[in-house]
Amino acid sequence: MSPIFYVLAVLTVAGGLAAVLLKNTVHCALALTVAFAGLALLFLNLDAQFVGFAQILIYIGAVAILVVFAILLTRGTETPQAGVFSRSWFVGLVIAAGVFSVLGWAVLQSARVLPQPSAIPSVTVHDIGVALLGRYVLPLEIVALLLTSATIGAVIVAMHEKGRPQ
Amino acid sequence: MLAAPVSTHSVPVIVDQAFVLFKDWLVSFLPPSWRPAAGVVLCVIAIVCVFPGLFALTTVFERKGLGRMQNRYGPNRVGPYGFFQPVADGIKSLTKEDVVPLNADVVVHFLAPLTLVVTVFMGFAVLPMGRNMVLANLDAGLLFFFSMSAATELSVFMAGWSSRNKYSLLGAMRAVAQMISYEVPLLLTTVAVVMIAGSLSLPKIVAAQSGYTGVFPHWYIFTPWGLASFLVFAIAATAETNRSPFDLPEGESEIVAGYHTEYSGFKFALFFLGEYLAMFSISGIGVTLFLGGWSAPLSFLNVVPSWFWFFSKVMVSIFVFIWMRGTLPRLRQDQLMNFAWKFVLPFTLLNLGVTALWRFMGEGWARWVVSSVILVGVYVFMGRVGMFKKHFGPRSYRYAE
Amino acid sequence: MASPLIGYLVLAALLFAIGLAGALTRRNAILVLIGIELMLNAANLNLVAFWRFGPHPEALTGMMFAIFSIAVAAAEAAVGLGLVISIYRHAQTADLDQMNRMKG
Repeated sequence: MSPIFYVLAVLTVAGGLAAVLLKNTVHCALALTVAFAGLALLFLNLDAQFVGFAQILIYIGAVAILVVFAILLTRGTETPQAGVFSRSWFVGLVIAAGVFSVLGWAVLQSARVLPQPSAIPSVTVHDIGVALLGRYVLPLEIVALLLTSATIGAVIVAMHEKGRPQ
Repeated sequence: MLAAPVSTHSVPVIVDQAFVLFKDWLVSFLPPSWRPAAGVVLCVIAIVCVFPGLFALTTVFERKGLGRMQNRYGPNRVGPYGFFQPVADGIKSLTKEDVVPLNADVVVHFLAPLTLVVTVFMGFAVLPMGRNMVLANLDAGLLFFFSMSAATELSVFMAGWSSRNKYSLLGAMRAVAQMISYEVPLLLTTVAVVMIAGSLSLPKIVAAQSGYTGVFPHWYIFTPWGLASFLVFAIAATAETNRSPFDLPEGESEIVAGYHTEYSGFKFALFFLGEYLAMFSISGIGVTLFLGGWSAPLSFLNVVPSWFWFFSKVMVSIFVFIWMRGTLPRLRQDQLMNFAWKFVLPFTLLNLGVTALWRFMGEGWARWVVSSVILVGVYVFMGRVGMFKKHFGPRSYRYAE
Repeated sequence: MASPLIGYLVLAALLFAIGLAGALTRRNAILVLIGIELMLNAANLNLVAFWRFGPHPEALTGMMFAIFSIAVAAAEAAVGLGLVISIYRHAQTADLDQMNRMKG
C-alpha cells in the first residue's frame, strides 16, 4: 500500500461522491470526470498504461462530453422544484449500503487466500495488439459489431421524428 | 538509444546533443539517487520556458504577417520593428482587472483556463524534439498525446458554461461539437501511421522514417497513403485548434468571442496561451508522424543539428496556419459538420484500407500505382457526389432594398 | 503482510456502492446513467487489479476484459443518453419520478 494509492483513492471516492450528491447536474458531470481521472491514475499506478490512457481518451474525452451535452439538451441545468433525490431515496440508500457491506465482508474474509503480488509485468502495446488480434479476435469483432449497431441505434433514437413539430 | 543512420557529413555529437549533454552535466552535481528526478524537472522547465517564448514570438509574427497580407503594417511601435509588442501585451493582461460575471459559477470559471493550459502542456511530454530529446519515452506515447488533447475539450465546455452568457455557451457548444467531429478523422489518420510504423511510441515512429534513398528521406508524406493522411490530418488539426477557416467557436461577427467572452486579464491570456500551445503541439505531432520528426529533409543536410529541424518544421507549419488565416473565409456550421462526417470520415476510413493494401503488397512499383489510383479515384468520385445538385455557378448577390 | 489487492478491492466495492446509491436515489435520468458509469468503472478497477496482482499477469486476461468493458461502456453511454434525449422529447422532462405512465 503506497501513499500514492491512498491519495488517488481519496480523489476517486471524493469525485464519485460529489457526482451523486451535488445539486447542480453539470457539477455532477464535472465531478464524474474527476472520478474518471482518479481511476485512470489508479490504472497507471497498476502498471496498466494502455488501459489508463484509453480511460482518459474514452471517458473524459467522449463519455463526459456526451453527458454534458445530454444535460444541456434536456434542460438539466435547472434544479427541479421537487428536489434532486427521488421519493424512494431511503430504500435505494439501504440497498447500496447492504451491497457495500456484503462486498466488503467478502473481500476481508478472503484476505488470507489472496495471491501475493508478483513481479511487475512488462506489457508493451505490441503485446496487447497481438493478443487482441490473436486470442481475443472474436470478442474484438463482436465489439466492432456492437459499436456499429450502437452508433446507428443512437442516431435513430435521437433523430427528429418526421412530420412532428419540434 | 535510437540509432539514426549516420551519413558521411554527420553532425558533431556535441552540437546535436548540446541540450542533452548540458542537462547531464547539470544533473551530475547532484547525488545519484536524485539524478533521474532532477533530469525530468530540468526537461519540464525547458518545455515550460521554450514554448511560451515561441508563443510570444509567434503572436508578433502573426500580427505582422497578417498585416502584410491585408496591406497594412502590423504592430510597429514597441521596441525595434514592434518586436517588444508581446512584452507590452503581457504587462497589460497581467495588470488588467480580472472581471468575473456576477452570476458566473466562480469555481468552474476559475478552473477552466488552468485545466486547459495544464492538459495542453502535458502533450509536449511525449514529443521527440530532437535526437534523444524526449521527456517521457512512453510505449503508448501517441495514445497519451491524444488523451491529453481530448481532455482540453472539457475545459472549453467549462469556460463556456460557467460564464452564464449565451454567447459563451453557444461558442462552447460549437467548439466541443467541432472538436469531437474532427477528432475522429484526426485519430484515424494517425492509425494509418501506426499500422506502417508498428508502434505507438513517437521516437520509434521518427526512427522508422529516418532512412534515405539517395538524398531523399523516407518520410511518410512521400507515399500516397501518407500524403492523403497528412492532408486530412492538417484539415482536422486546423479544426481541432479552432483556427481559421474553422474558427466558428470564436466567430466575432456572430458570437462576440465565443467561450472566452467573459474572460479578462490574466485568465484571458491563459486561454490565448493555451490556444497557441495547442497549435504548437499539434504541429509537433504532425511533424513527428508525417514529416520525419527531427530528421533532415535531405541526407547531406544532416550537418545541421536535429533539434533545429524539428523546430523549423514546426514554425513552417505555424506559418501555414497564419497564411490560411489570412486567406480563407470562415465556414458555416452546416458546411463544417457535413464536411467532417460526409467527406473526411469516409475518405479516412478508405485511406486506412489503402494503407493496409500498401503494407501487404510488399516492395515494388505496383503498390504505388494501385494506392494512388484508388485514392485519386475515390477523391474525385466523392467530390462529384458531394457537388451533385449543388449548382456551383457564378455567385449571385441580393442587395437590401 | 496483506496483499495490496485488498485496498483496490475495497475501493472498487466502495465506488460500486456509491454508483448504485446514485443510480437508485437520483431523480434525473442522466444522473442515473452517471451512477451506472461509476459502477462499470468500479468493475474495471477490479479487473485491472486482479490482472496486476494475479498469478499470471502475462496472460493479459484481466486487462483485455477491462479494454472490452471500456469499449462496451462507450456504446452503452451513447445509447443510454440517446434514449434519455428521446424520452425528454416525448415527455418534456428527464425526471424519472414523473415517468410512471405506460401510455404515452
